[in-house]
Amino acid sequence: MTDAAMDAPAATPVPAPRRDFGLKRRHRAEAIFRFFGVAAITIGLVFLVILLWSVVSKGYTAFVQTSITVPVEFTAEIIDRNGERATNPRVLVSANYPVIARNAVARALGVDPDDKAAMREVGKFVSDGNRAILREIVTKDPSVIGTTRPVTLLASADIDSANKGQIDLGVPEKNRKVSDQQLRWLDQLKDQGAISTPFNWGLLTFGASSRPETSGLGVALMGSAYMMLIVLCIALPVGVAASIYLEEFAKKNRFTDFIEVNINNLAAVPSIVFGLLGLAVFINFFGLPRSAPIVGGLVLSLMTLPTIIIATRAALRSVPPSIRSAALGIGASRMQMVFDHVLPLATPGILTGTIIGLARALGETAPLLLIGMVAFVADSPSSPFDPATALPVQIYMWTNEAERAFVERTSGAVIVLLVFLALMNLLAIVLRRRFERRW
Amino acid sequence: MTGGWIIAIILGIGALAYFLAALRARALAEGTDRSTGEIAHSLPTYHGWLAFILSAIPALIFLLVWSIASNALLEARVTTDVRAEVADPASASLATGIVRNATEALARLELVDQDKRPPTYAALRQQASSAGIVLPESGADYMVEVAARTAADSRLYRGIGQGIAVLFAVLGAGFAYSRIRLRLRARNHVERVVLWGLVGASSIAILTTVGIILSMLGETIHFFSEVNPLNFFFGTVWDPRFAAAGSGGEEGQFGLIPLLAGTLYIAFVSMLFAVPVGLMAAIYMGEYASPRVRSIVKPLLELLAGIPTIVYGIFAVVTLGPFFRDLSLALTGGAFAFIQAQSVFTAGIVMGVMLIPVVSSLSDDVITAVPRAMRDGSLALGATRSETIRKVILPAALPGIVGALLLTASRAIGETMIVVLAAGVAARLTINPFEAMTTITVKIVNQLTGDLEFNSPQTLVAFALGLTLFVLTLGMNIYALYIVRKYREQYE
Repeated sequence: MTDAAMDAPAATPVPAPRRDFGLKRRHRAEAIFRFFGVAAITIGLVFLVILLWSVVSKGYTAFVQTSITVPVEFTAEIIDRNGERATNPRVLVSANYPVIARNAVARALGVDPDDKAAMREVGKFVSDGNRAILREIVTKDPSVIGTTRPVTLLASADIDSANKGQIDLGVPEKNRKVSDQQLRWLDQLKDQGAISTPFNWGLLTFGASSRPETSGLGVALMGSAYMMLIVLCIALPVGVAASIYLEEFAKKNRFTDFIEVNINNLAAVPSIVFGLLGLAVFINFFGLPRSAPIVGGLVLSLMTLPTIIIATRAALRSVPPSIRSAALGIGASRMQMVFDHVLPLATPGILTGTIIGLARALGETAPLLLIGMVAFVADSPSSPFDPATALPVQIYMWTNEAERAFVERTSGAVIVLLVFLALMNLLAIVLRRRFERRW
Repeated sequence: MTGGWIIAIILGIGALAYFLAALRARALAEGTDRSTGEIAHSLPTYHGWLAFILSAIPALIFLLVWSIASNALLEARVTTDVRAEVADPASASLATGIVRNATEALARLELVDQDKRPPTYAALRQQASSAGIVLPESGADYMVEVAARTAADSRLYRGIGQGIAVLFAVLGAGFAYSRIRLRLRARNHVERVVLWGLVGASSIAILTTVGIILSMLGETIHFFSEVNPLNFFFGTVWDPRFAAAGSGGEEGQFGLIPLLAGTLYIAFVSMLFAVPVGLMAAIYMGEYASPRVRSIVKPLLELLAGIPTIVYGIFAVVTLGPFFRDLSLALTGGAFAFIQAQSVFTAGIVMGVMLIPVVSSLSDDVITAVPRAMRDGSLALGATRSETIRKVILPAALPGIVGALLLTASRAIGETMIVVLAAGVAARLTINPFEAMTTITVKIVNQLTGDLEFNSPQTLVAFALGLTLFVLTLGMNIYALYIVRKYREQYE
């Protein structure tokens, strides 16, 4: 009996005009059940919205960077005190450029150069990363030494936060990273029109740095790009070959069953176990370098393989048997039938599955932590064998940094990651819409 | 010559062989009189491919085997040389590492030849550092000698191997070219090789599983030779002290129980959140929602599945953890935050959000597999929709749902990034969900990040933990797949 009304007590003493099936109660139960369904979906969607909103609202400011454009005097006494740049070009590399940046800002603010305390405050106002900017200018053209020209300098991370309104001014000055003096200077420079907030290209190009304003995702993006390339070059051909064998050639026997069980299990093995595999096999046994994208790429290839195999097999299966019969009927061998007729028709499905697999690999973090991708790498890797980090690993590393500006950058990097994932998935959807054929 | 170049040369020889063989086969085929039945067996391209295979593949395989064998030989020789200088095994392995780095530096700086070798280790280190190569400080002068000899030998061996490989490629090409006949069954030969390639590709799945099991089993046995398995499996204290190598005395304690408890507790909390939400979402979407609503809501919920777990972890750290802490502070009137920022509760909820789409898509599959007739029969008897779902569909789908939940639980147990960021690192046993606990995956990450000596129990324990995790999830997956398959067969 399906009806709850049967065991419901005929408690209502008032004789109803109609026989009571407990309809009211049952409909109420129905409504409650429905409500639970709506509530479940709402909870899911609310969390999705909160998640995205929290990332975007905390991270979008990372895409602009406070800069100060002031006339900089390339003082010969500071850059090259003994006038030996003609014979020893290394003095230009090791010169004390932060002082030049500080002096330039101090002059713009009208601070007395002999006031040591004030000059120290000015020193904290500009980023130490200006060293690289000024060095670049001077080494490229040493004739600037002794001249004055306007240069756009980076503000320090704290000033950047203050300019973006992220510093709570209600906190007493002593407990604040930015002094009242510096805030006044910031306003003064704003009035002069020296402060600008251009798009923060550094976020996408710089390598690792201990200072937030000069740290970026450059190395991580390169590392991730190398790894995606390796995954594409290994997982796609191997996955397609395996699927072709299993779908078109394999006889139903123990060996094929065993392969199938293995593929299904690999799809469900925790990702961190693949990291242990990479550490034990690729690094300790084959002696490949730690922190290198080649190892990360190999590990991610093994992880992506099941995804690609499952997608490829579905794509091969969706090619109708009539195509195969027609090809065999006009004298093609089985191999020719597969490679010349079935495979081209299955390509859109294979590509879609591959892109989705790549997107998943791009966001994968845990195995990469174990093979040493948690590394402080300042220089862009020039080959897959050089140390690098990866986009999600860089995000993980930034979450361990305490400074306020790194919190902003962490969320900014998450936005970059999500944008890449969205673009890849969009590409997959477009490919499917455009090329998928219904038979 | 570097490895890349030699591979390119071999492939170039192969390509040349392809074109020459294809041309010759075409010329042969065109020179025949078809009316006499003299027909080429294979298309010219197959003759080309056969030539390519015969020339390039043996050469590449030879190159691979040669480089592995010669490296092993050199490695063994370095070990014996170092052992002759240093008796203590621990320092010997350290010295071997330095020699390896020095060898690499010498090769890179092209200082291998007798007259260019730096006289002392300090001199080598100086030259290396000016070229941007960092060598360890604690090297001895004999190492330069060993390293230089190794580098020279390695160059010699590599040269010999590359010469033989190119010879193989040329000979293979010549052999293939000389064998071209009109009736040569080139296509069959090529197809057989391709088929073996396909079989090889599909065995990679097996190789990976075997690699996982062997590598972890090896290190785990190594670990258990230093730590009693009973202390590992039944120990309730996790305190792997990081003692400096060789200092001795400081034995850590490696108790699995607190980690396992934390893993299961967090997985339980996440399932407590994800299962009702995911299941109800699947039911509503399958039974109530109009196609329009479904076409919008379903992809949105699936977005949750596409978000990388590191993002969930950051969400927990930056937003949800502090929110729960402040909430508990507000509930107690600002007296005391009974929910810590990193806690079982926070990690469980965030992981639960991640699992919602997993539960809902798995149970959606299971629910739609219930035959239409059962649903229609119940509705025809006058049951409301919710009564049909609760009393007919869910009981019928129960085995499948249990399987789906097992699969989800195995995901929750193996999840890493969320717990690394949200659950904390303190290994303790508690039943208060608002305190921090830690998991197996967190400890694997903790033990293996950073520069560690590889042979200490502190790092080897990670493999024992990994093997435990692997066995646990594998068992759950196999059982779940078995249940789901059984269930499907029942209604087919």
